Amino acid sequence: MTKRPGISDWNRPKHIDDYFVGPRFSAGHLAAGNAGWRTFRPLVDLEKCRGCYRCYLVCPDGVISKKDGKIEIDLDFCKGCGLCAYECSFEAIEMIKEAEA
Amino acid sequence: MVAEKLFISGNDAVAMGARLARPQVISAYPITPQTIVVERLSEMVEDGSLKAEFMHVESEHSAISAAMGASAIGARAFTATSSQGLLYMAEGLYYAAGGRFPIVMMNANRSLALPWSIYGDQSDSLSQLNSGWIQVYVEDAQEVLDMVIQAYRIAENPAVLTPFMVNLDGFILTHTYEPVSIPDQAKVDEFLPPFSTPNKMSFEKPMSMGMVTTPMDNLEYKFQQNKAILDSVPVIEEVDAEYAKMFGRKYGGLVEQYRCDEAEVLLVTLGSVTGTARVVVDQMRNEGKPVGLLKVRYMRPFPTELVATVCSKARRVGIVDKDISFGYEGTLFTNVNSALTTLENPPRTFNFICGMGGRDVSKENIREMFSRILEDSSSKLPDRVQFVGMKVSTDERK
Amino acid sequence: MSVSEIKRVNVKNMPDEEYFYGHKACPGCGASLAVRLALKVIGEKSYSVLPAGCMAAVGFIYPQMAFRTNAMISTFPGTASLLSGIAVGAKALGIEDFYAVGFAGDGGTADIGIQALSGSIDRNDRIIYICYDNEAYMNTGIQKSGLTPFGTRTTTTPAGRNLPGAITHKKNLFEIIAAHGIEYAAVASIGYPVDFMNKVNRAKHCRGTSFIHVYASCPTGWGIPENTSIAIAKEAVDCGLWILAEYEKGEFTITRKPKTFSPVADYLNKQGRFRHLEDEQVEEITKHRDETWDRVLKTWKLKST
Repeated sequence: MTKRPGISDWNRPKHIDDYFVGPRFSAGHLAAGNAGWRTFRPLVDLEKCRGCYRCYLVCPDGVISKKDGKIEIDLDFCKGCGLCAYECSFEAIEMIKEAEA
Repeated sequence: MVAEKLFISGNDAVAMGARLARPQVISAYPITPQTIVVERLSEMVEDGSLKAEFMHVESEHSAISAAMGASAIGARAFTATSSQGLLYMAEGLYYAAGGRFPIVMMNANRSLALPWSIYGDQSDSLSQLNSGWIQVYVEDAQEVLDMVIQAYRIAENPAVLTPFMVNLDGFILTHTYEPVSIPDQAKVDEFLPPFSTPNKMSFEKPMSMGMVTTPMDNLEYKFQQNKAILDSVPVIEEVDAEYAKMFGRKYGGLVEQYRCDEAEVLLVTLGSVTGTARVVVDQMRNEGKPVGLLKVRYMRPFPTELVATVCSKARRVGIVDKDISFGYEGTLFTNVNSALTTLENPPRTFNFICGMGGRDVSKENIREMFSRILEDSSSKLPDRVQFVGMKVSTDERK
Repeated sequence: MSVSEIKRVNVKNMPDEEYFYGHKACPGCGASLAVRLALKVIGEKSYSVLPAGCMAAVGFIYPQMAFRTNAMISTFPGTASLLSGIAVGAKALGIEDFYAVGFAGDGGTADIGIQALSGSIDRNDRIIYICYDNEAYMNTGIQKSGLTPFGTRTTTTPAGRNLPGAITHKKNLFEIIAAHGIEYAAVASIGYPVDFMNKVNRAKHCRGTSFIHVYASCPTGWGIPENTSIAIAKEAVDCGLWILAEYEKGEFTITRKPKTFSPVADYLNKQGRFRHLEDEQVEEITKHRDETWDRVLKTWKLKST
């Protein structure tokens, strides 16, 4: 299983030379997650999950990964759009209110 | 030191200088009076004397964009344009400068439409002084060949990493012939090492380039960009000295003073008109007139201190502009005046707008400019901003 | 490698790595899915170019860099030209094992970017150009583009008493690109994601320029629930308004022909941008669909499964 991209430990530049020369930065550097966007979060019923990976395929944020023949969701970056729940043919994912989670 | 001497045009000299600099990607779109440059370069690629990828881009905007793509993965890029083309790629000029891509571009100085004119003046590049490019203005074909080579050396310096525009007067220099010394390739290779930059994409260090900044970081990037051009000054001077040592030709760095010592009246010039002015200065000095000439080579970085120092000893300074900011004054005039505010007692300055759309600036015109500001009676002094060489009367018709 | 030898991509064998992660796109964004899937197929040895537009805006705001592989923002008109510069620069540097891929929106491709794209195809530079079509200038707030369909409500084609939204039909971008004689061009949809990935995979194997036009739903701009992005992208194909196709060696092939079309009215009614349409406008849209299918069925091949 591939290691999920994570949030870097980043500090604001304090000196002009702390910036790279040119408006660029290291690819894949993430300073923050997207969890704060959610109103709903996905709840996976692993009993119902058949490992068809449809949700993994259609997640626009790529937060669903394959794990042990089933799936796992990175809640640091899930925005709660609900596509996974909608597209699942086996009703294995339910969107529950973030506040109640 | 010198491989050969050829009788070639300014455009030929640009192509030869470019070939010697070993660009890896050339992306240029034809426009009068630059076309000979792209034609020569494609001939050189065809006959194998220039090992570069020649891209037939479909516009100037794509020319600068493709050059940036090449530069962004670490390839040395060259392009060339003029007037309308320069303005078509205007967003790309700012982009390349902000992106810190050391592209070298030859610009054939040509009038901007409307009215249409294929002939030379300096409005095109002077309108883009804010874009963040280093800008040099050459006086003859020899200088343009030498400057194309020097441009890469300066632009690619790690402290600089800024694109470089080499300006050549349209038709006056692009299409006239003179004997030009062509440096030896091996010596140029010694002078100009292969391009290397940290500012690029690679598989070893994947990069997000051309990123977005919020108001939290943008000012810092602009500071960085500004500092890089200011830091180019010592590099320009060192490169000028080193080039002189290796190839025998010295241009003096940011400016060249011609007989400014004990000159009461100076003319400040940009580009080929300098050559004409030199002749007049010699003639007038022979007549005992205390005149001198300041050739500004670099408009960016602007030689503020040097201009102020040289002009401080003069009583009056005439600035020759082959452009105008309509409703205001010429661009060289604005820049020189700003430099003179650093002086306690700056000389009076006068702006001569001339030579636009290819209007000839003759020795007589130059002499007229000097004579007007040599006048002692203030009632005979010219207006602060004046057009010179008009063929019609501009007096109000009664 | 001939097309038949290219191994098909599917959910089981697609790479696990995520190359577009942590971006700030709207929840349910179709375009971000298109970028994510395309990059999985293209892989790490790539240089991506994105012009001013949604995917650049959500992927590159310092210090959040969502692209995990090399990527660069180009000027708005300059996606294809920057891409060409990269591909040619790589060639000049002797780099052979690489892919140069561009992701531009419908506005950035069919309108302001079409000149540069045309030039790149003319030069046959080895680039993959993917146009994610959300049918308007979304990043600037939903304004009409050349690929906005007839009857769409956008902020510059408001639907009111006098006008029904946009009054022109989409530019035929796919056929415009095909008319260049491009090595490979395809039409795809995120509603058929595996088909899309295989078209990207086919494009990877081109020696010259390739182009993919992918339908990318936009919940924000279209007024649809964010969890229905895939379903609506599938319905666009199933009701016949979006034709999945390929172009190669002078021949067009329809890669999916629905046995019967689902009702156009259903597709339109699900979207806030079309809900104002009157029956006669729905009829015009249906008629346009039928005319298009009549024309293509006469000359385009059908894909043999």
